[in-house]
Amino acid sequence: MQYLPSYRKMLLILRFEERVAELQRTGQVPGFAHLYWGQEAIAVGICHWLRPEDYVLSTHRGHGHCLAKGAEPGRVLAEIMGRSDGYCRGKGGSMHVAAFDQGILGANGIVAASLPIATGVALSNRLEGNGRVAVAFFGDAAVEEGPFHESLNLASLWDLPLLFVCEDNQYAISVTVDKRQGGKGAAAIAQAHGLESRKVDGNDVVAMLDASQWAVARARECSPVLLECATIRWGGHHSAQPTRRYRSTEELEATQAACPIARLEKRLIAEGEATMEELAEINTEIVAQVDEAERFARQSPFPKPDEATQDVYAAQEGGG
Amino acid sequence: MPNISYAAALNLALAEAMREDPKVILLGEDIGPLGGIFTVTEGLLEEFGLDRVRETPLSEAGFMGCGIGLALCGWRPVVEIMFSDFLTMCMDQLCNQAAKLRYMSGGQASVPLTVRAPIGARNSAAAQHSQSPQAWFAHTPGLRVVLPATPANALGLLASAIECDDPVVVLEHKLLYQEEGPVPSGRHRVPLGKAEVKREGTDLTLISCSRMTQVALVAAEELTSQGVAAEVVDLRSLVPLDRETILESVARTRRAVVVDEGAIDYGITAEIAALISAELFGELLAPVGRVGALATPVPFSPPLEKTVIPQVEDVIAAVLKCVPDSPAR
Ligand SMILES: Cc1ncc(C[n+]2csc(CCOP(=O)(O)OP(=O)(O)O)c2C)c(N)n1
Ligand SMILES: [Mg+2]
Repeated sequence: MQYLPSYRKMLLILRFEERVAELQRTGQVPGFAHLYWGQEAIAVGICHWLRPEDYVLSTHRGHGHCLAKGAEPGRVLAEIMGRSDGYCRGKGGSMHVAAFDQGILGANGIVAASLPIATGVALSNRLEGNGRVAVAFFGDAAVEEGPFHESLNLASLWDLPLLFVCEDNQYAISVTVDKRQGGKGAAAIAQAHGLESRKVDGNDVVAMLDASQWAVARARECSPVLLECATIRWGGHHSAQPTRRYRSTEELEATQAACPIARLEKRLIAEGEATMEELAEINTEIVAQVDEAERFARQSPFPKPDEATQDVYAAQEGGG
Repeated sequence: MPNISYAAALNLALAEAMREDPKVILLGEDIGPLGGIFTVTEGLLEEFGLDRVRETPLSEAGFMGCGIGLALCGWRPVVEIMFSDFLTMCMDQLCNQAAKLRYMSGGQASVPLTVRAPIGARNSAAAQHSQSPQAWFAHTPGLRVVLPATPANALGLLASAIECDDPVVVLEHKLLYQEEGPVPSGRHRVPLGKAEVKREGTDLTLISCSRMTQVALVAAEELTSQGVAAEVVDLRSLVPLDRETILESVARTRRAVVVDEGAIDYGITAEIAALISAELFGELLAPVGRVGALATPVPFSPPLEKTVIPQVEDVIAAVLKCVPDSPAR
């Protein structure tokens, strides 16, 4: 298997998130931006096996899912910057990026809320027999919410073409998972609900690609599955959040050491799939791509005030 | 015009919608062989099968979200919540997801979801099976809210709700399910956002919805013996609200009493009273009257339940307060 395409995708997400952090520091990004850096291997591993017509439902930490599924970086960044050329015309922002034309049915600001919606998308696929799958990404904390369990049960009961992807980065804001969960984690709970599940090293894109191939194929056969992906959150909960009250310097250094991109880099060189020079060239290309996204977003105007009242309801006969 | 019950009218709306549009699909608890605990889905499983009449686990958040996902993919799901009190279990899906997806996505998403749920006090069902929570949903931008008071409106409003491209909350009153009334034969639609003048009058306008419209009609009839000719406007829709019909009527009668079964504080009656006061202040002969449930949980014991829920006498008293010069006083 060739890993260079995954390398490119992961690097795009990382460079994109670095740019978002920088733009937030300089006041160009309003609100919160929960960054996906450090978790790139998960979205990239899963989306590698998805078709354009498959569906993805995402979370507050969703930029990576959107880019991995095929959203245009410029339009994602414009949305994060509240501009009118953003996918949601500046109405959603970082926590609500959606690109329906790419099958991205929305990030979500409510923990675990996209899971029930994903069951409906998967049920639609099943009833239409269209061969599509739905993927619901969520963090480890979603496992503590009722809708997580309700959704697993529905998927199991109705044999839905649905893939649950738990991104276990150990944290919900400042609290580690051992202080929040008494059970054995998402994979074990999934089995109790009658789903197949696997645990995978979510910081190793090679392992992710392997597990995802199995998981997407099973979901496509209407056998719902869950992947529990171990990963690490870099830095704070969102880009502007300090971590000194709950994370030590040593811990933060260790997170960077687990970088899935650095890991793949070593492997690409060792296996002779790429040279240092080629990787540097890829980096230059991707930085240029992110520069272009920023240029696109910056030149996009802010929405006009009268747009605030548009799209509350469908424009329809008998409407209000 | 044949006479049928309110429950049968709702059943007819569902059956006709399902025959006309293969994308109409039902989700809910006990909606299969039992036909729903208020018989609204009777016979539908037999006609449309298990795929389209989906009995769900007891997962209100789960299957409300499932309805939203189906709606995003072009289906027209109708989700039944057994009692409106249980809508609290899926408040997030309804108010944070369904209501906002079109807006948050900048118009990419469409959520043609219909939610049906019974409201109202009936037969000492106590505080968790008796609420009238219409104000919660009317207060959530992105949802439409309708409340039929008659079989004809039950048929026409539910049919329009299913055809609407927005999430619509259809609140049905438990005490009305068995009430019979004429329904037009053939295709019948009641547009969302159009009130209906149920009775004409010159002295005062009673504005109400759902079962309180029936209560208002009884009160209006009794008031004739006191020399008061009350007009009755049935709102039918809370969102969108037919401001025009309300204001046109009150501009003529110059007095208004608003009646709703929800808890009175911060409720529907306050919104409509404020509208009338703002628009017609100089024309009014009396302050706008408000009748609603007492601001308590709905109690169990029959005399207590009766105390809390608005009765015909409460409406009459509120009217007479506004019409102090009526000949009978
Ligand atoms: C229902 C709900 N509760 C609380 C929050 C506030 N909140 C946002 S993200 C978050 C932590 C979520 O942790 P996890 O699901 O593990 O995702 P991560 O941030 O680690 O990616 C919390 C508590 C929320 N958005 N929604
Ligand atoms: Mg987490």
